[in-house]
Amino acid sequence: MSRTPLDTVEHAAATPDVEQPWAELGLNKDEYARIREILGRRPTGAELAMYSVMWSEHCSYKSSKVHLRQFGEKAPQSEAMLVGIGENAGVVDVGQGYAVTFKVESHNHPSYVEPYQGAATGVGGIVRDIIAMGARPVAVVDPLRFGAADHPDTRRVLPGVVAGISGYGNCLGLPNIGGEVVFDACYQGNPLVNAGAIGVMRHEDIHLAKASGAGNKVILYGARTGGDGIGGASILASETFDDAKPSKRPAVQVGDPFQEKLLIECTLEAFREKLVVGIQDLGAAGLSCATSELASNGSGGMRVELDDVPLRDSTLSPEEILMSESQERMCAVVEPAKVDRFLEICEKWDVIATVIGEVTDGDRLEIYWHGGKIVDVDARTVAHEGPVYDRPYARPDWQDALQADDAAKLPRPESSDELRAQVLKLVGSPNQASKAWITSQYDHLVQGNTVLARTEGDSGMIRVDEETGLGVAIATDGNGRYAKLDPYTGAQLALAEAYRNVAATGAKPLAVSDCLNFGSPEDPAVMWQFVEAVRGLADGCLQLGTPVTGGNVSLYNQTGEAAIHPTPVVAVLGVIDDVARRTPAAFREEGQLIYLLGDTEPEFGGSAWSQVIHDHLGGLPPKVDLERERLLGEILISASRDGMVDAAHDLSDGGLIQAVVESALEGGTGARLVVPDGLDAFTFLFSESAGRAIVSVPRSEELRFTDMCGARGLPATRIGVVDGDAVEVQGEFTLPLAELRSAHEGVIEGLLA
Amino acid sequence: MTTRIGVVTFPGSLDDRDAQRAVRIAGAEPVALWHKDKDLKQVDAVILPGGFSYGDYLRAGAISRFSPVMETLIEQAKAGLPVLGICNGFQILAETHLLPGAMLRNNHLHFVCRDQKLRVENADTAWTSDYAAGQEILIPLKNADGRYTADEYTLDKLEAEGRVAFRYLTDGPEADGYGNPNGSLRNIAGITNEAGNVVGLMPHPEHAVESLTGGGTDGLPFFTSILKKLVTA
Repeated sequence: MSRTPLDTVEHAAATPDVEQPWAELGLNKDEYARIREILGRRPTGAELAMYSVMWSEHCSYKSSKVHLRQFGEKAPQSEAMLVGIGENAGVVDVGQGYAVTFKVESHNHPSYVEPYQGAATGVGGIVRDIIAMGARPVAVVDPLRFGAADHPDTRRVLPGVVAGISGYGNCLGLPNIGGEVVFDACYQGNPLVNAGAIGVMRHEDIHLAKASGAGNKVILYGARTGGDGIGGASILASETFDDAKPSKRPAVQVGDPFQEKLLIECTLEAFREKLVVGIQDLGAAGLSCATSELASNGSGGMRVELDDVPLRDSTLSPEEILMSESQERMCAVVEPAKVDRFLEICEKWDVIATVIGEVTDGDRLEIYWHGGKIVDVDARTVAHEGPVYDRPYARPDWQDALQADDAAKLPRPESSDELRAQVLKLVGSPNQASKAWITSQYDHLVQGNTVLARTEGDSGMIRVDEETGLGVAIATDGNGRYAKLDPYTGAQLALAEAYRNVAATGAKPLAVSDCLNFGSPEDPAVMWQFVEAVRGLADGCLQLGTPVTGGNVSLYNQTGEAAIHPTPVVAVLGVIDDVARRTPAAFREEGQLIYLLGDTEPEFGGSAWSQVIHDHLGGLPPKVDLERERLLGEILISASRDGMVDAAHDLSDGGLIQAVVESALEGGTGARLVVPDGLDAFTFLFSESAGRAIVSVPRSEELRFTDMCGARGLPATRIGVVDGDAVEVQGEFTLPLAELRSAHEGVIEGLLA
Repeated sequence: MTTRIGVVTFPGSLDDRDAQRAVRIAGAEPVALWHKDKDLKQVDAVILPGGFSYGDYLRAGAISRFSPVMETLIEQAKAGLPVLGICNGFQILAETHLLPGAMLRNNHLHFVCRDQKLRVENADTAWTSDYAAGQEILIPLKNADGRYTADEYTLDKLEAEGRVAFRYLTDGPEADGYGNPNGSLRNIAGITNEAGNVVGLMPHPEHAVESLTGGGTDGLPFFTSILKKLVTA
């Protein structure tokens, strides 16, 4: 086997004119020139590998950074915020000495290529982010979007994604307590697989990703490093080596949840014994990212012996080792005196751990291979001082026509029979149908603290403290159809819905994480959607007093010219003092009164009705009134705390009838509804006006509840009573629960069969 | 003297803390046992909890069965130590042959998590005496490899000796928890050894001990049964 000389720093300085594959690695000419300027020479192969992957869109946020700054600039004053944007995940104070960390991330592209592993490693990655903050992971959520439900490829992607989440998440012992499943043809070639996780810790246990204290040891632990997940590195590898080794490696990583479970337990035990100075998980960009970020965040530099990295494949080149995205690995900075104990704990859990370097004085990240120095950079220039682009954006020329195509002009049902048929069709449409086939594949019970999951409530809820009943709730929402019609409003509607869902269960919304899924930033129309959505979300968070603590941007969700609907997915985290006070969604007690909270306008743009009945998308999305959302939230939380309501369900896609049907089926008890004065039956049932919820009120609490709404100025309209075994709209139709159930259930498995 | 019930943690055990909580709620003292440790710490009974020990690699329970802790446990179980295997714990007990049969992949090939209706067939074991024979209970079930299988001779023998401890109830609507969830032969959900001290089942009684988090308390008698037996012994 012939081998070219090792491309050391010295060698690079002596051979300035060597052609380097910067374009193949995704860098542009200016970026490559900038690297040369920073280094004052050409980069070595290893340095080029590190820069290219750390300066990629995924790692550097180079197209989105200038806009994401708003989340910081417009952040509301919040005493709850303990750690903000920039760390692995944000941390929020939930009281009683507890802190909660949570984050949503995307794993979209890998999940299309290889649905099972893509989705599985998405769960793995977000969970490691949570551990890296010092927290025990306590729950996961999965907002998912697929192409048309009846498209043949959906039959490949959806079961694989669900099996991947189930196979990985269940094996970690993390309850899956929420998420979404949405179908739309726009996601055909670009399914969105977002994954969220929540972790709990005591305030004093918060850990940060930084390397400090010269002489402290850098320990790599977890799985061995293999060739999986290497994108561009193989290009470099083929430059360095001959063809005697395997060249094309799978670009999608392969997960091992068992290894991750050991990693969780072993890391938490090390935290408990205060052995860790700084910690970082290895995700995108692997060791390149972990070493450069640890060094860049800390006060010192770092020296790494790459030969000491335990390998699965001894033929890997140094570039490949630096870029490998092998799963289930973490990097800890540990004081020399504590290294032995740290390694002991790893051994207890059968986790491989190796000292691969140490923190040094100064700001250089130096990496050695076979005795030669192959990386010598200022870590900040790799991790934090990448290129920033203010890409051109422009409101697309089709936006006006889209908004002018008003859904109000669509033909409406002309008879009660037609109205009834449309209700059945709506609740049995893939987006509105029961997702039980999917959620029953997730373990929602493990850890024994799940208070609400699946369809039990509008948000998932987890008990944090068994003694006091302190708990947290999380909801994730997004509506790409609304955002397509108006990205600014669409982002605020996603925020409003998640906020409302948390409040509906009785929890107080505290903070936000987001996953911003868009098409190509190089298309000015897409960039405009992104800019508008970010602005909308930042303005909305400021107004609602819920800061964005972190999140993720996924761009290039686009096949050819066709971008996905702009899809900002928003997660809202809330806190509840006593989970025993939670409000579920189910109607249970016959005779209780159903109240509609909020105002109903004839708003059908982007609605589920317009999609299901007319396959139409046009007009304007529902108006947003965030002050109203806040008031509604306060009323729902007070009603929950004071025991004034027994059930609450927010109104969103599908409108009032969808919510009533869900609450009825969940509780196995029907409802008799009366169309209120001033509304027609159609608008009453199908409008998607925001800022609304239904509640069921025990008769003994009615006066107290309506007095509270009246005093606070929230419209509350009595629309019916919990009763019988049918959903009846007086003067219009009666739908027996059995008929609704057969329309609503079995839809997803029917399509996949 | 408080009753001490051990809960073994294997690498990949998931419901170990949950089993400890159930023991505590029943009024006994949970004792954490470690798979590498042969010492059972003089506990009065042992629970092998649910999870994916060793990632279910090779075969669910196949590797854990050879853990150091299992050496002592097998010996003492044969001498009468009460042992309860839940889900993965049941799979491990089958691998040790303390209980006959094996669990195959669910017949629908998916992981399934649901509330399941069971009938208590044998209320004379160490772990079921607080139930009445024939009692119908609702217990969560969650697994991918839960299809109980044994040869006809073994199945007949289990039936004849009254060693089918729990059966999935199938005569009701699925929405209410009825149905055979995985294709288990003769709807068997759990079995006992001849002496009645070793019981294994796929559903998770430790997730039905608090109405707030499990949707009922039908699982609590597992833990009160053993407590009473040990206190009166």
